[in-house]
Parts: sequence; C-alpha cells; structure tokens
Amino acid sequence: MVEVVKPAGNFVRKALVVAEIEARKLRHDPTELVTRAIQPILWLLVFGEVINQARLIPTPGLTYLQFLAPGILAQSVLFISIFYGLATIWERDLGIVQKLLTTTAPRTALVAGKALSAGIRAISQMVIIYVLAIAIGVGMDLSPLSIIIVAILVLLGAAIFATLSLIIACLVRTQERFMGIGQMITMPLFFASNAIYPIALMPDWLKAVAYGNPLTYQVDALRDLMITGGTTEFGIVLDLAILFVFAIALVLIGGRLYPRVAR
Amino acid sequence: MIETRGLTKSFGELVAVDHIDLDVAEGEVFGLLGPNGAGKTTTIKMLNTILPPTAGSARVDGHDIIRQQAQVRASMGYVPQMLSADGSLTAFENLLIFAKLYDIPRTTRVERVDEALRFMGLDEARDRLVRTFSGGMIRRLEIAQSTLHRPRVLFLDEPTIGLDPGARRTVWQLVERLRDDFHTTVFLTTHLMEEADALCHRVGIMHKGKIVALGAPSKLKSDTGSQSLDEVFMHFTGEGVEAFGSYRDIERTRKTARRLG
Repeated sequence: MVEVVKPAGNFVRKALVVAEIEARKLRHDPTELVTRAIQPILWLLVFGEVINQARLIPTPGLTYLQFLAPGILAQSVLFISIFYGLATIWERDLGIVQKLLTTTAPRTALVAGKALSAGIRAISQMVIIYVLAIAIGVGMDLSPLSIIIVAILVLLGAAIFATLSLIIACLVRTQERFMGIGQMITMPLFFASNAIYPIALMPDWLKAVAYGNPLTYQVDALRDLMITGGTTEFGIVLDLAILFVFAIALVLIGGRLYPRVAR
Repeated sequence: MIETRGLTKSFGELVAVDHIDLDVAEGEVFGLLGPNGAGKTTTIKMLNTILPPTAGSARVDGHDIIRQQAQVRASMGYVPQMLSADGSLTAFENLLIFAKLYDIPRTTRVERVDEALRFMGLDEARDRLVRTFSGGMIRRLEIAQSTLHRPRVLFLDEPTIGLDPGARRTVWQLVERLRDDFHTTVFLTTHLMEEADALCHRVGIMHKGKIVALGAPSKLKSDTGSQSLDEVFMHFTGEGVEAFGSYRDIERTRKTARRLG
C-alpha cells in the first residue's frame, strides 16, 4: 500500500509545484488574463448577438446566446491551452525544460503540472464568461453543484488541449513548425464540434469528426450545466468519463515524450 | 565520481561524441575544453540523463546513467548554458520552486533558500524580479537553484558565457567555494582557455567528438612546451578555437549573450 501511496503523493505534490510557478507568474503580472478576455467577449457580444437577432441557427429550446455561451467558454479554454506547446518550446530554448527534467520530479508529474497551469488560466476565463453572460441577460444556472462540475470540465478541457499541444511540440520541436501545425489543428477542433452550432446541422462526414473530438463532449456537458433549460445529448457522466480518459491518456503520452523536446 | 566508458552519441551520420573515456575524482573541478560544436554539451546532456547515449556507458556518483536515472538525478545539479532562471519570478521564488521540486522538507525550506541567497551574494535582491538582474546575478542564482539539494556533482555548461570579466571572476570564486565548503565535484564545459586555466584541476581537450588530450593545465603546457592553453589546443588540434562553430551554435550563443545585455 505504502509503495503505491508514496509515488502517488509525490506525483501530486510535484504537479502542484509546477502549477504554482504559473500561479506566481500570473500574480506578478495579471495583464494577460485581461487581454485574453477580449476574444470571448467579442464572440458573445458581436457574433452571438447578430446570430441571435437574425435567428440563423436553429437551437431548439434555447436562445442562440444561451446555446453559444458554453461553446465560447470551451473555445477560450481551447485557445488558451493550445498555446502551451509553444510555451514548452520557449522554455526549452531558455533551458527551463532541461532543468526541470534533471530534477527528481517524475516526468508525467511535470506534464500534469503544465496541464494544471493551463487550468488556472482557463478558470479565470470561466469567471469572465459567467459575469459577461449574466450581464447580457443569458439565463445561467448558478447552483453551486453545477458551477463546481463546470469548473472540473474546464480543468479537464484545459488539461486535454494543453497536453495535446505539448505532445505536438515534443514531436515537431521548433517554433516555426509548431506555429503551422498549431493553426492547422485549432480551427478544425473548434469548427468540427458543437461549440457554435448543433451537430444535427452538420454533413455526415463532419459529424463523424465531431464525435471523435473531445471538445464536443466538453461543450455537451457545459451546455447542460451552465444554462437554465440546457440539455445534454450524451449525458454528463459519459461526457466526464470520455474527458477523463482523454486527459489521462494524453498526460501519460506527454510524460513519455516530454524529454524529447530537450534533446 | 564520474566515469565514462566508450561513451558515444550519434545524430544520424554525425558522431557528436566519439567513444570517450573519462574518470573524474570526488572534489575535482574538471573542465571539458573545446570550441562550439566539439561535443561538450552533448557529453553533459548524456551524463545528466537528458540524452540517451548511442553506445557506451557512464556512471555518476556510482549510478548508471541509463538504468539508474532517478539516483543520478538525485545526486547531481545542472546549470544549462542558456539563462534558465525564470525572469517573471523573484529570486526567492525561483529558489523556493526548486527547493520544493528537490523535496527539501517544509521546515527547513525557507532557511535553506535564504542561506543559498547569502552564499551567492543575492540576499539584497531576494524579492526582486529576476528580469531586472544582471547576467552575473542570474548565473549565480542558477547555480544556487541547482545546488539547493547539496548535490555531490554539479554540471555547469559554459558557466560564464556572455559575462563580463568581473562577473566571470565572481562565478569562478563561487565554484571554488562550493568545492571547498561542500566538497562538490564540478564538471564544466568551456571554450575559454582562461577559465580552464583558472578553475580546473584537470581539463580534457575535446575536438570533433574525441578527447585529444587530458591532464592538468600546467602539465599539458609543460608536456607540449606551450606558454598557454591556447597553444596546447593548437598543438593537439592543429587549429585555433575560433575556427569552429556551426551556425546554430553561434546563433544560440548570441541569443544568450543578448539576454545578458
């Protein structure tokens, strides 16, 4: 038993230390949290309001803004997290990755720490989007249990996309190649999901892609929990299970590949 | 304390490190001397477990670098060539994070960090953001980060690259004090003859992946009838140090120098 508990405790402790680096940085300079808030605000206020007025996209049972708000939360979590691969390459160029790798911390714990770092930023987006959605009169579900599960979903989404991004960085290893691939996958992840329109509107081939996309399951659960009268297509338990499996698998793969970026 | 046997690393066709055999004694300051691209950094990266060797073996503090990586990491500290302290954190925070990563117990953590700051002459700058530091201060902070857990072996990759002569001498003095006070074995790389001369008990001259000469700087000079290590280097390689360096190495060196301002 002790043999299992000890490494597990060490894993959690080291992951938290890596996340603490991010928290301390943001405390010294929180301006990025503010500038990062602008994009979701534009999506909700401009895109959301226009489509809402024009009733271009049918969203049964919900106003378009209600439908959109969870999608925009998932989107901003995705956009923040997908940047972590680039940050990994920067940290490699500065020698920070090399130094982390030569400490006694398990490599999966370093990667899990990065996933959690993305989560810290993602939670700040969650706060901003809740405030904004309430301000523009979107009917939000504010029961504490819903908010807690939304936070877990946000952390899971951040972990999945930050780790995916880190894995890509470890494979391509240079900024230039990462920039190309980063853009190549971010938009498809976003558009091949239920974030801004229902899956029912998609052609069959795109539906197939959307069902393989973790963002779809994140949005599905968020839509049920964030919005009064929101519904889920797959069920919250299945959504959470799928996201957990994605997150754990990606952290394990990331832990294997992380040393490669320093070579 | 460090031993390598036939240690080799190839990248495709290029043999960066070619069957090197080295023995570094406990408490020794050993320098790998050579131009950019000679294979010095690759050697350090194999010894500190970042790079797996293509062939051969090595031990650090008695632990095998392939089969006992966790033990190797626990007994060593590493300061990379690039400036790796986090500019957006304070000196104290930079050290605190590493104290936690190295499992220094909560009760002694802050004490140990403050002691390291004093040792490095950074106690006045404790709560300043590192991005306001001079290059020499950053280097000292990095050495503090990598020695918080009192490692038996310290790897320094080009420890004074981009530093002005005054800051360079301060770093040398600190390395000597680490060896005197804690009996730390120091394995460093440098392309500065002056640094090898001032700091190292023994140097290995590295040229195109091979160790072409090995011994105390004074002995190498007398053996070859040279006035300086520069001449020793010329003697063994037939070329001056300035004749080397790939585009990528030079680009990286310049980047580091730029960050140091």
